[in-house]
Amino acid sequence: MSNLLKVSSSPHVRAKDDTSRIMLYVLIALMPTTIFGIFNFGIRALLLVLVCIITCVLSEFLFEKAVGKKSTIGDLSAAVTGLLLALNLPHTLPVWQAVLGSVFAIVVVKMLFGGLGQNFMNPALGGRVFLLISFAATMTNFEFDGVAGATPLALLKNGESVNTLDMLIGRCGGTIGETSALCILLGAIILILLGVIDLTIPGIYIVTFSIFIMLFGGHGFDTTFLVAHLCGGGLMLGAFFMATDYVTSPITPGGKVIYGICLGVLTGVFRIFGNSAEGVSYAIIFSNLLVPLIEKVTVPRAFGIVKEKKAKEVKANE
Amino acid sequence: MGLRTFKGGVHPYDGKELSKEKPIKELKPQGEMVYPLSQHIGAPAQACVAVGDTVLRGQKIAEAGGFVSSPIFSSVSGTVKAIEPRRVATGDMVNSIIITNDGKFIETGFEGCDDYSKLSNDEIIKKIQEAGIVGMGGAGFPTHVKLSPNNPEKIEYIIANCAECEPYLTSDYRSMVEQPEKLITGMKIILQLFPNAKGLLGIEDNKSDVIASLGKLVENEPRIEVVPLLTKYPQGGERQLIKACTNREINSKMLPADAGCIVDNVATINAIYTAIVEGKPVMDRIFTLTGDAVMEPRNYRICIGTSCKEILEAAGGFVREPAKIISGGPMMGFAVMDTDIPTTKTSGALLCLSQDEVSKFETTACINCGRCVEACPENLIPSRLSKFSDHGDKAEFEKWYGLECIECGSCSFACPARKPLAQSIKTMKKLVLADKRKK
Repeated sequence: MSNLLKVSSSPHVRAKDDTSRIMLYVLIALMPTTIFGIFNFGIRALLLVLVCIITCVLSEFLFEKAVGKKSTIGDLSAAVTGLLLALNLPHTLPVWQAVLGSVFAIVVVKMLFGGLGQNFMNPALGGRVFLLISFAATMTNFEFDGVAGATPLALLKNGESVNTLDMLIGRCGGTIGETSALCILLGAIILILLGVIDLTIPGIYIVTFSIFIMLFGGHGFDTTFLVAHLCGGGLMLGAFFMATDYVTSPITPGGKVIYGICLGVLTGVFRIFGNSAEGVSYAIIFSNLLVPLIEKVTVPRAFGIVKEKKAKEVKANE
Repeated sequence: MGLRTFKGGVHPYDGKELSKEKPIKELKPQGEMVYPLSQHIGAPAQACVAVGDTVLRGQKIAEAGGFVSSPIFSSVSGTVKAIEPRRVATGDMVNSIIITNDGKFIETGFEGCDDYSKLSNDEIIKKIQEAGIVGMGGAGFPTHVKLSPNNPEKIEYIIANCAECEPYLTSDYRSMVEQPEKLITGMKIILQLFPNAKGLLGIEDNKSDVIASLGKLVENEPRIEVVPLLTKYPQGGERQLIKACTNREINSKMLPADAGCIVDNVATINAIYTAIVEGKPVMDRIFTLTGDAVMEPRNYRICIGTSCKEILEAAGGFVREPAKIISGGPMMGFAVMDTDIPTTKTSGALLCLSQDEVSKFETTACINCGRCVEACPENLIPSRLSKFSDHGDKAEFEKWYGLECIECGSCSFACPARKPLAQSIKTMKKLVLADKRKK
């Protein structure tokens, strides 16, 4: 009997992309932003990036070791979380706080809920918000060219003017990875070309947010104001790299649309009516929580089912 | 303006270059022949020969077991050796007639027909039924049943499934290259049954030469049209093909006839030609033997009932150790334990791969990426359906339209976590349908 062949259920072939390859694509797409951040903020930015990635991977490894599970660090998702978290930190943040945020992101937000695929909240954002609440002072200490100062959005909120060209390129204060809209867009193009994300969620997010700002921002169709809002406060990074996180966004096509609208409206509400100048992190985390509900009401109709009803109408009309 | 197609689907490596250029080779079997009594959908056929009987090629050896059933014919001359259960490609044991081949291929007489236009509809359908024609693309649904819808005048399209979207398979392609007139004539015979229908030949654009040559052949046929389709799996799925050719949609509870369509595979239409014009029943078929493990991948005209093992040996055996052998294509075919299985009316191919991609990869956690959703031609959410299947949640499975799954395997193919989505959905579908039958 030993010479019988192996059998399995069809299909017998598989596509090339696997989870680790997709995560590698995300890491590659984040490179322009990361390199620009290091160039912009100096060696300390590089230090934080390395600290976050190493801590995230290590805490996933140790957690799995401790609970006797097979290690999954090879899927690179922990590395993506680490890099995303670092890009969401000001380069002046004390290293121990970055370590703490990384451990929180992986252990509390991701592993305690069952690991990859089971977390209901974006781990990097969970880590960031944890730090933001715990260490408000260091998390909002933005320095640029050695001078401490407010981010463009904070300036805007106080009614001061900003240079939108600098914001587009990224020559301004902020977290390591949020300042350069151009680099983020370059990364987004890479992700889209590699088939990792599509434009549904980020596109609807940005359009909804723009409409919201024009209606309620108090500046009407002032393009400078709008561009400043779009480029500032991590909106681009959030829209393309965090709102599109597979695990915490809806899988249904209709759900993606609703999710995008929620993000746009919430970000607008938080920015215009809230105390904080930012709001992207909170909007994404809040929308993450709505995902199960959104999916429930957006089960797509199967192929041929819609037409069945129409066919009946046609028959009735005949 | 893009080519016509459907929403969803995947692009697996097509492997057709292995066998597509080589002409069909005739293969006369020498060994024992096995004819499973159930090689179609419907009631099994009833053996009408006894052990020890002498049979001729073309002689009926089993009668249809009902209206939705089909007779079976011997493809060789020889003696009935036994009637006993044998293992078939799906792994089941099926009662079969075993015939010792005398190697002489003495035929019974066949009565052809020079002018089929003189035949009445009933005569044509009767001949098709008596010739044992079933859906030879793989489904095996008796063709005479398909061609007898409630309202023949409401049939608007006869669609020839020339898509051949399964990777590696080239049998339909070769027969369209070598004997296109059979397909056209077969189509004309079917069109004779349906006065209001138009014949469409749906062909994927990776067969552009055939699109051109068939297009030329139907230039003067006002009722037949070639429809070039985008190359995408599962373009040849019945529902997907209807959508691409006519923009109509059907679901699992409907028949193509409900959308005014009848879909038949190239091999089936060729069999209709053979049955009507040459008067011969289904005895032979075109068979693709391919894969990177075989010595000479190519198409053969085989006698139905020949063992896959004999075909392999005749083709020179293996060049590499096969890791997996599949009856059919890589997307929907059945992996077989052993090559000692008979070919049937529906066996289109034997694919021998030196790599087993399925066991090579490890299943990891679902990351909700939605690639299965993009791939699903039925607009389902395979990852969720698979979860409901794992949890045994039949109610949610049905609510998320699990029963609409056509089992094409696109979701499993696309999944980056390498989850066997199609497998768990298929299993759940069977359980839900079994429950429904009990009620």
